[in-house]
Amino acid sequence: MPDTASFDVLVIGAGPAGLAAALAATTAGTSIGIVDENGTPGGQIYRASGGSPHPKVRGQIEELECKDVNVMGNTTIIDAPEPGVVLGLTGSSVRRIGYKKLILATGARELFIPFPGWTLPNVMGVGGLQALVKAGLDVRGKQIVVAGSGPLLIAVGAYLKDHGAKIVTVAEQASWASLARFLLHLCPLPQKAMQGATLAAQVGASYRPGTWVEKAEGKDKLESVKLNKFNVMIPCDYLACAYGFAPNIELPMLLGCDIEGGCVKVDELQRTSVPNVFCAGEPTGIGGLELSTVEGLIAGFTATDWSRAAKGLSKDRQKWQSFAQTLDRTFELRDEIKVLAKPETIVCRCEDVKLEQLSECDSAKSAKIHTRCGMGPCQGRICGSATRFLFGWEHGTVRPPLVPTPLSGLEIKD
Amino acid sequence: MPDKLKVQINGKEISIAEGTSVAAAILNDNVAALRRSVDGNPRGPVCGMGICYECRVTINGVTHQRSCMIACSDGMEIHTDA
Repeated sequence: MPDTASFDVLVIGAGPAGLAAALAATTAGTSIGIVDENGTPGGQIYRASGGSPHPKVRGQIEELECKDVNVMGNTTIIDAPEPGVVLGLTGSSVRRIGYKKLILATGARELFIPFPGWTLPNVMGVGGLQALVKAGLDVRGKQIVVAGSGPLLIAVGAYLKDHGAKIVTVAEQASWASLARFLLHLCPLPQKAMQGATLAAQVGASYRPGTWVEKAEGKDKLESVKLNKFNVMIPCDYLACAYGFAPNIELPMLLGCDIEGGCVKVDELQRTSVPNVFCAGEPTGIGGLELSTVEGLIAGFTATDWSRAAKGLSKDRQKWQSFAQTLDRTFELRDEIKVLAKPETIVCRCEDVKLEQLSECDSAKSAKIHTRCGMGPCQGRICGSATRFLFGWEHGTVRPPLVPTPLSGLEIKD
Repeated sequence: MPDKLKVQINGKEISIAEGTSVAAAILNDNVAALRRSVDGNPRGPVCGMGICYECRVTINGVTHQRSCMIACSDGMEIHTDA
């Protein structure tokens, strides 16, 4: 296998947590590498637009450069064949990357819950549609329904409107009562309250709490959606629908990290159950930008044996953890969302496995064996999070390679 | 942003701005379905971030490329599978 590299500290993921971790680690003057699937650092929240980095991370990118951090873009970790080594896939080639300390900042994906019509073209994620617009999708004049749950709905609604889309409605499944309690909680966090108020003013009257999409219809692509509160099909060009986030825990699982409640278990210094492996940000529990950043800093300091600096951040960590818990309670998914899928609704999009086929399965593993649910190219990243929500099935096992890999990139032994 | 790149989508030449992903270029050309599922149903991009594999297309003869993760480059030949 060609092209090896080795680092004192290797960070996987260049979102807020990973960037904070890498920069914290530079204070110890060690050799640092940071890997990301995308070409430009920033992660999902600070995703590059039209190929240029998000303004909020330009400073950090410059700092990485100044401090000789090796940034490996367009690289996905596909395997961890032995302690101290991971394999990175870039294009169709694979290389070994060595490390003494490993910081996992693998982020999260959106949580998609199946409903009739969710597989139609032009039905997308909320962050999904935003990412496509950042990559050049033209939504000027398009009728868009934004739906699901969480603060991202308002932010994306405002973003799309700003890019010329007509926002038909922003359907938030959480109730007004729940949101009102949330607003009270924001009082000690004025910057969050301001952020929320500014965005809410932009989407305005189209924001409808207690509303969700029951089904989407269309012949070869989306044509209309049905919301619970309206008895008519509402015509639209795009439906952006997601119910929050699911942590990316496949690499931590492969490394043998303990998982608890669907998240990577860490101590107060971001140490996982595996020696020399740390985890920060969304994989330890969905917490958002601020918590991810603090956890990243703590992981970076701990990995470079600067535990005093790490411990100095524990109050910040607690503050944002408690904010995350409030968010969790506010946007807790209602039971109605669990019963949207009909027997014939597809749950596993890769293998076209329908809900009725899963009725006799009792775990992700049995579903895999009996129906091929979770065996397609996404390796259960979409349906696995859905079946966890629908049936309480915990994640099945993971095996390398973690993503589809061309044979030419694999080391084939006789 | 001025259109600087030329790519072919299913044989038809279009001009697009630099930094545009293959997925965005295809959708902008009014094509919503990028592939067919194992049962033959039309599918398009969902996650926009390389997780779901629903946006796979053929780029310069290489099949199963995630179109949301790849930026267009001049002269690229893109084929959808729908």
